Amino acid sequence: MDRTRGPVDPVRAAAARYAGARVARVEDPRLLTGHGTFVDDVVRPGMLHACFVRSPLARARITGIDVSEALAVEGVHAVFTAEDLNPGVHEPWYSLAGRDVPDSPRPPLAEDEVRFVGDPVALVVAADRYLAEDAAELVVVDYEPLPPVVDYVTARESAELVFPQFARNVLGELGGRPTTELAPVFDQAPWSVRETVYQQAYAPVPIETRGLVAEWSAAGGELTIWAATQSPHEVRLFCSRLLGLPEHRIRVVMRDTGGGFGQKAVVQREDMCVMLAALKVPAALKWIEDRRENLLAAGQSRHEHGDVRMAFDADGRILAASIDYVQDVGAYPVPWPVGPSMAVGMFFPGPYRVPEGTFSITSVFSNTVGRTAYRGPWQFESVARELMLDVAARRMGMDPVELRRRNLLRRDELPYTNPVGVPYGDISPLETFEQALGMLDYEAFRKEQERARGEGRFLGVGTCTYVEPTTAGMGVHGTEGATIRIEPSGKVNVYVSGGSTGNSLETTVVQLTADALGVDIADVHTIQGDTAITPFGGGTGGSRSGSMTAGAVAETAAVLRERIAAIAAHRLEAAAEDIELVDGHARVRGVPGAGLSLAEIAAIAYLQPESLPPGMPAGLEASGRYRAESMIILANATHLCTCEVDVTTGRVTLLRYIVSEDCGPMINPSVVEGQIAGGTVQGIGGALYEHLAYDADGNPVTGTFMDYLLPTAAEVPIIEYGHVETPGPGPGGYKGVGEGGAIGAPPAVINAVADALAPFGVHITRLPLTPESIVTLVRRARESRAAEPGTVPR
Amino acid sequence: MPDVDIQVRVNGTLRRDTVPPRLTLADYLRERCQLTGTHLGCEHGVCGACTVLLDGQAVRACLVFAVQADGAQVTTIEGIASPDGELSPVQAAFRDHHGLQCGFCTPGFVISVTAFLRDHPDPTDEQIREGLSGNLCRCTGYQGILKAVRAAADGTSAMEETG
Ligand code: FES
Ligand code: FES
Repeated sequence: MDRTRGPVDPVRAAAARYAGARVARVEDPRLLTGHGTFVDDVVRPGMLHACFVRSPLARARITGIDVSEALAVEGVHAVFTAEDLNPGVHEPWYSLAGRDVPDSPRPPLAEDEVRFVGDPVALVVAADRYLAEDAAELVVVDYEPLPPVVDYVTARESAELVFPQFARNVLGELGGRPTTELAPVFDQAPWSVRETVYQQAYAPVPIETRGLVAEWSAAGGELTIWAATQSPHEVRLFCSRLLGLPEHRIRVVMRDTGGGFGQKAVVQREDMCVMLAALKVPAALKWIEDRRENLLAAGQSRHEHGDVRMAFDADGRILAASIDYVQDVGAYPVPWPVGPSMAVGMFFPGPYRVPEGTFSITSVFSNTVGRTAYRGPWQFESVARELMLDVAARRMGMDPVELRRRNLLRRDELPYTNPVGVPYGDISPLETFEQALGMLDYEAFRKEQERARGEGRFLGVGTCTYVEPTTAGMGVHGTEGATIRIEPSGKVNVYVSGGSTGNSLETTVVQLTADALGVDIADVHTIQGDTAITPFGGGTGGSRSGSMTAGAVAETAAVLRERIAAIAAHRLEAAAEDIELVDGHARVRGVPGAGLSLAEIAAIAYLQPESLPPGMPAGLEASGRYRAESMIILANATHLCTCEVDVTTGRVTLLRYIVSEDCGPMINPSVVEGQIAGGTVQGIGGALYEHLAYDADGNPVTGTFMDYLLPTAAEVPIIEYGHVETPGPGPGGYKGVGEGGAIGAPPAVINAVADALAPFGVHITRLPLTPESIVTLVRRARESRAAEPGTVPR
Repeated sequence: MPDVDIQVRVNGTLRRDTVPPRLTLADYLRERCQLTGTHLGCEHGVCGACTVLLDGQAVRACLVFAVQADGAQVTTIEGIASPDGELSPVQAAFRDHHGLQCGFCTPGFVISVTAFLRDHPDPTDEQIREGLSGNLCRCTGYQGILKAVRAAADGTSAMEETG
């Protein structure tokens, strides 16, 4: 630990009572009884409602907009177009990306050209949402259709450009050493495999759509925003830059957000429109996205492919691995997607011993909805690598488990630097792998699979082992603050940026604070998600909330512990070093009965300042800001699943699903498992069901939950959890755990299906694995191998 | 179309209102009754977040018009716990088994499960999965929800909490 930033804390709280326990969530009572406060629950006096007019075409020139009919509707206050709102934009840049990145344009409303179906063209403001929707229908937009660039795969060769200033439709390119340098290794290796793997577009799809309420008080020069967001402080900071308003005149409030998963990490174009429009209307302005809009315009993720190569020696040891990766960024990616995509290349070698490797990354525009962050945005590294390992194992006639055993990093090899320069430490990939296999009884499954094949039933097993960057310690994510107030009665309030988005951050903070101060959990309350009250925070994202907030609470509580001990020592005539905090009391170690309750100490601090030790500040309140001790905290896990594939209907039934995870010590096992489960089922959805699809003209074809298929309780397997615990380099040894499930699940599921279909020689390189695609794969495999009778099951 | 007079008993209290015929029951409850626990996740009848009891039947309030509730009894999530705040067995089971994370889908699940367990007091696991399949949750992977419903059905909802 870095000891240079302050003295070692001498006052210890008693052993943790709450960290590590399945503490019941403090968020639950309000949420279970319908008393949460989500953004659509906010009502303000005279509040107006907004509805967007959106482009019905993938690409077109706007030749005219007639708002007169809409404006004539009773109850309609305004109809804004680009010329009304866009000039109000000052400096719209995201804190995570920074001001100077070569970002792509992001006009709030479309100016002269629309670039995807759903592109916002006008904003109608009316007395209620029904009227706003009626009036939106009456806005007449004249379009001159242009040929759209629908397919990002061919976009670089297209004569059409999504933005004229981006040649070949390329937003950015990154890379390591040239792939050609590795060509001799691939060419001369005993085994060399190469495939192009395609992943379909899917999306975060929180059950609460996006939305915000913005209220401008012209007299006071103050803007208040209620938002569905993962990051209230980023909303404030962005809004301040966007509008050129001073940051301290903006207040952003979020109590409950109905899931974000990346989609609500930063301000999007519609949010900008509402912020801009709020300055022009006489009352609060509310926009609540409907589901159609959410599937049309809130962003796509995962749409990408990679040309993947792996070389092995005769014993199956990896010699080299490379990926040439291309991602679809749509028309208006949010935020800048180029920098973050680097992680695909950096983690492609995964937790394996890979002597040589490289990557290239290309971000390509298309006339479809913009790319947004989604839980493990770099997840394709695992999809590509783990699919490839199974492909290679089949080709070498080796069990895929055996292939991985030979290549997974062992603990005694750490620290280790992967071939593209990423340092690994504090991880346990071989341990999670073996634990998962043990939980399954891998050998027994292989026998069962053999028997089932004899009966014409096709079972499969797949795994994915990955190493995951969490808790990035840089830039806006590099610090987190906490304020703790021990109130005059001795009760405790703790303030962090946070906010409830489903990640149980209120419970986490209450647990950690109760432990840090040695008080009962019922005596701690937390206030979050209000920029007027809490310290600045980097928001929920990058699996950082648990570990960073733990640092913030620890740093702040240490200051208070010292003050409590000093007050108690003074009153009890003991030495401060002999004071310990336990059960809500400051006691003299080894002297039973001698002690003061926190209530008594707080009373001295606030109500009897004359009784304080000399020089001691009055009150019991402290603010601290934790600065991350490392650039990154690595977590790792193995996902393992078994399935049965019905080759007639193409239906995949998941049989067992095991996740062995190393997220360091757990603050709350229920919360950890809940995060793993949620991510895993999103990943299962991505592998088998979800597809944000477009037709050849760029029209979205999945605009409702009838077409965009989320997993339901009827399909999900029971998830079994295994834990391996390797403390990370931060406070408490905690690591992030929010994203991993969504990374590990798709490869495990795909490999299981591929394994089930191995007797057919089926080759899986395109996702998702819908029943239709599986039936087609099996049929094709049968046809192409019909010439070799006896090799394919009938 | 002219507005319509309706009378609805919402969580036990009789209300009279004049509503446009196109006002959905969900919007009526959220906006007129200020009962914002009924959530809207899709407004096309798939996600189940808006589920309420209409004369005891679980219905999707986004697909019902307020005028169709004229003369009926409506129970929303706000009417499930006892007035002193004690959670119903279903709510308590969700809490004990980590059956919610962001909580947005939760009111719909609690209402659906309440009706389901009333109609199927002794369900099989298959029936539970079937019974839940009309409600979408994006946070929990349904793991905690399935456990909660099992526990509520078995009448066991002992707190797992330590401390
Ligand atoms: S909002 Fe009614 S079913 Fe989704
Ligand atoms: S708890 Fe968030 S959608 Fe279910």
